[in-house]
Amino acid sequence: MEIRKGIGVSPGIAIARCMVIDSKDYRIPRRSILDSQRAKEILRVRRAFAIAIKDLTDLSERKHFEEGKIKDIFAVHMRFLRDKTFRKRIMDFIDKERVTAEYAVSTILREIASHFEGIDDPYISERAADIYDIERRLLVHLLGKVKEEVEHLREEVVIMAHDLTPTQTASFNRTFVKGFATEAGGRTSHTAIISKTMGIPAVVALGDMTSGINSESIVIIDGNRGVVVIDPDEETLKQYRNYAQQVSLFVHQLDELRDKPAVTRDEVKVQLLGNIEFPEESAMVRDKGGEGIGLYRTEFLYLYGGTEPTEEDHYQAYAQAVKVFPHEPVVIRTMDLGADKLPQTIRQTPEANPVLGLRSIRYCLQNLGLFKTQLRAILRASVLGDVRVMFPLITNLQELRQAKMILRDVMEDLDEYAAPYNAKIPVGIMIETPSSALTSNYLATESDFFSIGTNDLIQYTLAVDRGNEHVSTLFSAAEPAIVRILRSVIHDAGKAGIGLSICGEVASDPEYIMLLLGMGVRTLSLAPPMIPEIKKIIRSVSIEDCNMLARRVATLDSQRQIKNLLRDAASQILPGQL
Amino acid sequence: MRPAMQFVDLAGSFKSDISVSNEVTTADAKSIMQMTMLAATCGSKLRVRARGRDAKDALEAIRELVEEKLFGEPPGEKAASVQKG
Repeated sequence: MEIRKGIGVSPGIAIARCMVIDSKDYRIPRRSILDSQRAKEILRVRRAFAIAIKDLTDLSERKHFEEGKIKDIFAVHMRFLRDKTFRKRIMDFIDKERVTAEYAVSTILREIASHFEGIDDPYISERAADIYDIERRLLVHLLGKVKEEVEHLREEVVIMAHDLTPTQTASFNRTFVKGFATEAGGRTSHTAIISKTMGIPAVVALGDMTSGINSESIVIIDGNRGVVVIDPDEETLKQYRNYAQQVSLFVHQLDELRDKPAVTRDEVKVQLLGNIEFPEESAMVRDKGGEGIGLYRTEFLYLYGGTEPTEEDHYQAYAQAVKVFPHEPVVIRTMDLGADKLPQTIRQTPEANPVLGLRSIRYCLQNLGLFKTQLRAILRASVLGDVRVMFPLITNLQELRQAKMILRDVMEDLDEYAAPYNAKIPVGIMIETPSSALTSNYLATESDFFSIGTNDLIQYTLAVDRGNEHVSTLFSAAEPAIVRILRSVIHDAGKAGIGLSICGEVASDPEYIMLLLGMGVRTLSLAPPMIPEIKKIIRSVSIEDCNMLARRVATLDSQRQIKNLLRDAASQILPGQL
Repeated sequence: MRPAMQFVDLAGSFKSDISVSNEVTTADAKSIMQMTMLAATCGSKLRVRARGRDAKDALEAIRELVEEKLFGEPPGEKAASVQKG
């Protein structure tokens, strides 16, 4: 039994056989096998050789490979593939070292290649390329098998990998994938996002883990505590099975709430929307009982393609999300990246202080081509449903006016092409800087709605980077300054009669729901898996109690007092669950 | 690779066990992996050993390939390398 500690990025417990995923560029992690599996792995090597020989024969029979040089290269490959001592060396390695076929192939071929590379004669050292070619040829078959296994899973597994790419996760058969554990990654890694979306437990940042692992191992992934247990003993397995049962019972109870409205005991309706990153997540929002998309982060379009997305890329992504919610609000936030995170093709010089630098709406206002492309796509998608556009990081009225002016420019462009769009598309802003929060009464006169991004608002107001472990404990929504600033923004929005929602993490924190409702919030936008739990809280409270709590919080002058009060109030509603 | 290929193909056509050694190591003449790793460049001295019923024929054929046919390099290529040298 081996217990590894990482970062839990998606809650839940998964217990299943593990499947180790190799990275795309054929850097094969060393993976041990049982004595009894050696014959199977050796057979896999034999098969890979046989298929490679057949492929090569087919290839060389084609006419355009008749030319001398290429034919020679294939002839060399063919001789290697038929070389018995070569094959034996790979098989002996499996037999002696007890490793997988792909690891043996990769290791031996690389040994040979590096031998060639070390020889001081260009004619010979260049032959290393031939060896890599042969390696690739064999691995395609060996890894192709693994890829196929992932796509055609027949039993439940947990996926273990160094890191997962979007392409890899997209190919998983989601019915059978029960959890993720990765060596790399952080809270905002792709694995974190995708596991939250799929609602399955995940632990990242585990460090070197795939090397010693047996592919038949049973693995426990505890996303609640950020722990992974490899080959658990009977006792641990039993404990975790009980624990998993309790957790799933709770989740099951919550799922029964799906079709029930989010209303308080005294019949006050609260709108629960989902935060999404990928268009596919909109279905998850609907399945969890969400009533629309309150925050559609569009950064993935810029991050995963490697190049700037085209208008069509944007449009397709938006259309896909709107299709799930044709009559409900879908709030699309325009690009919210710092210059430091942009793809290479549009990146600029590094900044000393990117958090206060050229990012988000500021970047867009200086790069109108990129900004207009996205706005055009949002406008085109606006006829498909109740699409709304939201500008991030607005600090003052002038920025809002500039952004709206550009939106009008794009509308005029579309008019010229007679392209349909919703001319009355609601335009809102994120309130996530102290500047915009303090002047929200002005901003409210020219916005159709506010969405309070508490993560950035807290960071900028308290001057705390929560990613910095030395100060992260200072990051708290229970600071009197945060409570006061929220109250003032909520007040200004109410006075102007415009929409207001909370889309930061506070909206999915059970301890803060009563306070938010008590301060007048009626729309929350949160991570889809959290919707049922928050709905349960809403259905358990009365606005009367929430109002009282909010009034008491307003009289407290320290974070500790506020935090304790909120915790006490929440534990009375959901005893034993917090 | 071409000379190695010819060498291996020729050795493979005999029943005898054939080995090739330089000062450091010995290779199975029928294995392209071992032969290429022997890394013999032009001018290296190699010792060829054959053991088996057709050992004599094998050695003769190999000697012929290396010393007389010069691995069958076409005259054009040879001329080019001479010019370069």
